[in-house]
Amino acid sequence: MPAVQDTIDRVRKIDVDQYKYGFQTEIAMDKAPKGLSEDIIRFISAKKDEPSWMLEWRLEAYRRWVTLEAPTWARVHYPKIDFQDIYYYAAPKSTPGPTSLSDVDPELLKVYEKLGIPLREQEILAGVQKTDVSELEEPSDNVYKSGRVAVDAVFDSVSVVTTFKKELAQAGVIFCSISEAIREHPELVQKYLGSVVPTSDNFYATLNSAVFTDGSFVFVPKGVRCPMELSTYFRMNEKNTGQFERTLIIAEEGAYVSYLEGCTAPQRDENQLHAAVVELVALDDAEIKYSTVQNWYPGDAEGKGGIYNFVTKRGDCRGDRSKISWTQVETGSAITWKYPSCILRGDDSSGEFYSIAVSNGYQQVDSGTKMIHLGKNTSSRIISKGIAAGFSQNTYRGQVSAHRKATNARNFTNCDSLLIGDQCGAHTVPYMEAKNATAQFEHEATTSKISEDQKFYVMQRGIPEEEAIALIVNGFVKDVIQQLPMEFAVEAQKLIGISLEGSVG
Amino acid sequence: MLEIKNLHARIVDDGTEIIRGLNLTVKAGEVAAIMGPNGSGKSTLSYILAGREDYEVTEGDILYNGQSILEMDPAERAAAGIFLAFQYPMEIPGVATMEFLKVAMNEQRKARGEEPLKIPEFLKRVKDAAALLNMDMAMLKRPLNVGFSGGEKKRAEILQMKLLEPKLCVLDETDSGLDIDALKIVSEGVNALRAPDRAMVIITHYQRLLQYIVPDSVHVLYRGQVVKSGDKSLALDLEANGYAGVIGEAA
Ligand SMILES: Nc1ncnc2c1ncn2[C@@H]1O[C@H](COP(=O)(O)OP(=O)(O)OP(=O)(O)O)[C@@H](O)[C@H]1O
Ligand SMILES: [Mg+2]
Repeated sequence: MPAVQDTIDRVRKIDVDQYKYGFQTEIAMDKAPKGLSEDIIRFISAKKDEPSWMLEWRLEAYRRWVTLEAPTWARVHYPKIDFQDIYYYAAPKSTPGPTSLSDVDPELLKVYEKLGIPLREQEILAGVQKTDVSELEEPSDNVYKSGRVAVDAVFDSVSVVTTFKKELAQAGVIFCSISEAIREHPELVQKYLGSVVPTSDNFYATLNSAVFTDGSFVFVPKGVRCPMELSTYFRMNEKNTGQFERTLIIAEEGAYVSYLEGCTAPQRDENQLHAAVVELVALDDAEIKYSTVQNWYPGDAEGKGGIYNFVTKRGDCRGDRSKISWTQVETGSAITWKYPSCILRGDDSSGEFYSIAVSNGYQQVDSGTKMIHLGKNTSSRIISKGIAAGFSQNTYRGQVSAHRKATNARNFTNCDSLLIGDQCGAHTVPYMEAKNATAQFEHEATTSKISEDQKFYVMQRGIPEEEAIALIVNGFVKDVIQQLPMEFAVEAQKLIGISLEGSVG
Repeated sequence: MLEIKNLHARIVDDGTEIIRGLNLTVKAGEVAAIMGPNGSGKSTLSYILAGREDYEVTEGDILYNGQSILEMDPAERAAAGIFLAFQYPMEIPGVATMEFLKVAMNEQRKARGEEPLKIPEFLKRVKDAAALLNMDMAMLKRPLNVGFSGGEKKRAEILQMKLLEPKLCVLDETDSGLDIDALKIVSEGVNALRAPDRAMVIITHYQRLLQYIVPDSVHVLYRGQVVKSGDKSLALDLEANGYAGVIGEAA
């Protein structure tokens, strides 16, 4: 077919360098020497003014980590990472923990402006615009009436600012950087940190436990519905620097919070490591919605550079009737290794995983989820949409298990893959295990190609090729997009369009 | 408005020639009916007019308003005013019909250097057109053509045609799958679009449609060629006697 040949030709020429967030900023940085050792960990801990229990916790993790080997089971290939060739701490010099926007280096504020992240509180209200589409459709109920978003901005190893803190505090909500939480709310951190992802969990989680630098902390007390959307924006700027984000979100009995994380990084020839750990705890009747729009630099057209994104994200539905929902839109990174999971411990608790993973160029994605049913009448739902273009490989890996006592566990899984061109691959690797006979698991999977028929039909209505592909793809991912907070749904749709630019012919 | 000159076209994949020296001229304001046995190349011709890449023109030319369109892609041809109502409209999962209409209308406007339609104006146009075709607005919230019945798909094609206001309308078996009432409604919709500056090419197997949409000319396609042309009485003649006589003459 001529169209396919053309696609291949064009994909060969793709300019992944259209990555829009690839700029680098010259900011005076305070860095630890390269490499990892107990001294470096002491340095990080001292920089952050941490209590001694925290340092001990880190060192214990480090001592375990040196005995571990990097996992190899995922369908991703990359040269061995030299963990001694990475900077583990880099912080903008001018910000020894600013407390308000006026303390923040204007250069840094400019970076966020350029990225389209509103850090000035008053701008946020005006920034949210309803789109045409929303006028045609019923608005979903996950929209905050206020349209406001509180932001925690993490630049390399430190949080530079957190907005709307006062207003949140009035509602009893704590939203701050994890470093600040360790200093200001040690009892909460000690109680929950590592309680979902133990330091011994896996190679990258153990590494993260030893060297984590910053991330967000959210605590929503009993009965409180967090009055606004919370979000953290991660930016990796420094060369050869790893980002080890640590996020902890706790929703007490009956609490509700919706949280969004966004990420970008400059375009560089070297690979950079991002190894995050995110822990969520939901007590009785609590609900946590966690959304990610991941747009790390994916590498260039030849597959050079890009972020290695190795992430451990896990939610613990600790209380009865609690609910945790993960929604992710993954478009960036050279390599993604990521399985946001739910432990359904409480009776009648439920977990959801909605995912869109787009890969183009030479990107490799191995992502999915784990739903571990422990309590009675627990339910989980997995909707995964993988879109592969160029020479990329896109794998969905999912595990659903019901333990002996998990009577009436229910799961519904739907994995759809869409291929653009014929040099890419989509793979689905589901594991299902029920130790209780009453479990009901359903699994559906499809793989399709954007058909030439569909594309021709859409173009025949006057819609140019790239828009036609974007339209078809956005239709394909609609179920998941609908789960995102409205403010980000439109962004996510655009992002998917941009990620696929140049992928078709 | 449309001049097809000695057109030869083949399937790119396997080189089979489907259109073999086809000539056809349709003037502005004219309604031309194309008839012919199954597999004679009618749909293929419509795809080639719309710019489908699976076919390769090896000889001849297609002139639209005096200009060759062979180098234009389907979206460019559409923006230039060529519309094809498909024999088998495609389903587009997850894309609400309404959303699709808006994108299509605005993309064409953009290509012509016009401003996008304001939402109220857009909604008004859609409501009016849907009412004329007796279509329920609720259906337009559903993904385009997904789960639409055969007749509903055909109606949705004509709805798009009305809203996009093309200059050259190619209708491929729009009548098949329509019930008697729907045939009437759709025909009225098509007739309402007849205009001195608009040409129509109507592919059909049945004289019945041509009672509602009375053609100015009738052409018989056979083995990739127009083997006979005439006025509307030719359709009646075919209805009564079949293709044998016409094909016989050509052979
Ligand atoms: N892409 C293709 N691959 C293989 N054969 C094709 C292709 N396109 C058209 N053909 C063949 O070309 C011939 C003409 O097909 P076409 O669909 O144009 O006929 P038609 O006149 O529209 O028939 P009908 O009245 O049944 O709709 C048929 O024999 C068909 O099988
Ligand atoms: Mg046909």
